Amino acid sequence: MRNIERNSQRAAHLGIAILLLLVLPLTLESFWLGAVSKYLSFAFVAIGVVLAWGYCGILSLGQGIFFGIGGYAMAMFLKLEASAPELPDFMGWSSVEHLPLWWQPFSSLPFTFAAILLVPIIVAFPFAYAIFKKRVSGVYFAIVTMSLALTLTVMIIGQPGGTGGANGITDFKTLLGHDVISDASKRVIYFIEVGLLLLVMTASAWLLHTRFGKILIAVRDREDRVRFSGYDTAMIKAFVFTVAAVLSSVGGALFTLQVGMITPSLIGTVASVEMVIYAAMGGRLSVPGAVVGALVVGFMKSFLSEQFPEIWLFFLGGMFIFVVALLPNGLAGATQSMLRRTLSTKEHP
Amino acid sequence: MTAAALHLHATMDAESVAIPASCAAQILSIKNLTVSFDGFKAVDNLSMSIDEKELRVIIGPNGAGKTTLLDMICGKTKPTSGSIRFHDVELTRLPEFKIVREGVGRKFQTPSIYEDLTVAENLEISIPQAHGVWASIFFKRTQQVKERIDAIGEQIMLADHLRTKSGKLSHGQKQWLEIGMLLVQDPDLLLLDEPVAGMSPREREQTAELLKTIALGKSLVVIEHDMDFVKSIANKVSVLHQGRLLSEGSVDQVQNDPRVIDVYLGH
Repeated sequence: MRNIERNSQRAAHLGIAILLLLVLPLTLESFWLGAVSKYLSFAFVAIGVVLAWGYCGILSLGQGIFFGIGGYAMAMFLKLEASAPELPDFMGWSSVEHLPLWWQPFSSLPFTFAAILLVPIIVAFPFAYAIFKKRVSGVYFAIVTMSLALTLTVMIIGQPGGTGGANGITDFKTLLGHDVISDASKRVIYFIEVGLLLLVMTASAWLLHTRFGKILIAVRDREDRVRFSGYDTAMIKAFVFTVAAVLSSVGGALFTLQVGMITPSLIGTVASVEMVIYAAMGGRLSVPGAVVGALVVGFMKSFLSEQFPEIWLFFLGGMFIFVVALLPNGLAGATQSMLRRTLSTKEHP
Repeated sequence: MTAAALHLHATMDAESVAIPASCAAQILSIKNLTVSFDGFKAVDNLSMSIDEKELRVIIGPNGAGKTTLLDMICGKTKPTSGSIRFHDVELTRLPEFKIVREGVGRKFQTPSIYEDLTVAENLEISIPQAHGVWASIFFKRTQQVKERIDAIGEQIMLADHLRTKSGKLSHGQKQWLEIGMLLVQDPDLLLLDEPVAGMSPREREQTAELLKTIALGKSLVVIEHDMDFVKSIANKVSVLHQGRLLSEGSVDQVQNDPRVIDVYLGH
């Protein structure tokens, strides 16, 4: 039975790789390929949610915070390059005359990349460790993260001179002189994104297979017992939360690069809750499921909002209720139990 | 009778036990331990000590403070006052995971295992190396690790179930698994809260044998209600009542102690 599970995991990874590397680029026109890369930027977030929530029981409704860190860092770099040597246009609208000090290092791409990876660590780890040390968890933790996401959006909107306010940051042109808007360059970015995603999927599956992965499950199910096996569970939870934060940030950076903009509404509470829904839809115990969830929900959002502009949110809501009520382990869980049923009837007809 | 007088009496009883307590080294020494929950003293000025390789059983009516006492030793509950010294370390100030790393293992009343993991995985993550994040990520399942898991699996009578999801075990087997998880930690002191609760008579016998084998190398403190089981394992019995030590000695001694009879019949 365990072999079946492992093999089906492998098959799912392989299937996604083929789908993303061959099938979609060969069949989709550039508009839809662009849409897929947008959905895939949420797949990074969803994988983080699978690790933190599915395996370790940490429900964060504030993943948008980290998505925003990556998204805004990338946007600041692109915006500086697009408007150089002038100030970014929105600063002028708020009569900001000098580039704010905290913007200046973002003219360097290595610094920007480092910020995308390190700032979420610096923010997430101390915060999470302190909170988990105090044994705040479950719903309370979710509420704390949710209110932080709200706070962040309010702060961004309140500083239009430095952040672009409610309109966010947009109008990018080049990355180190390479065009980022044309279909051809979006295709290149798509493949870079898919490569990164496959890397993250493999690393996550490997992590879950290690002793650490087993400890995550143990913490989720019986944190007390884990303490009495000699573990500092706050450290373990803070670590996995930080991993999820970094994945979110990478997703945010890729989002900005692909979509060409970042706004506060993309990182607020509603967006953060949606990020959890991607993982729930795909299956919160499945890394490939998270990717499928991001694709399916993303596509449904695009499709339904086009077909039923007035009432599409009801369809989306209905879909979520259906999944939560009837497929507790999402699409991946449903597929797996179907597979198991077919196989066991084959074995014992 | 005052607490001090009780304590004195208990000490005298302890000294009159046939086993010469003085020649064994103490592993655990509890002094004037008190914990109060909103003014209710669950454990009240309790002093007692455990020797190395001793198998001590704690009995007492419901609400006597037995579980609370174990909770305080392993750090789950912080005492209001008093001291718990293990070897030469004061435990009352340490968080749970550090107490475990000092060498104290705790088994809870209801089997507390990871039901989504297999028996082998339950044992593996209880192995006391690699408690840190990086160490556990890069932890290698070496031959030595496998042998250790196999050996413990054998000892707790679950050798044939190592690949079974532990949620599928019988109640008694879950109890054994949790004892096995403690053994893998290789603690010097094991605290077991009702290890045979819900077990069949046959399983009880097997458990008694298991505990006696463990006591050859480690100290055990066991909470138990079943007097037949107590007789089959105990070197020495401590009777708690209303958070205080009522009596201490061999099984026969405490069973014939008029105060103990009074407490048990009075309830």
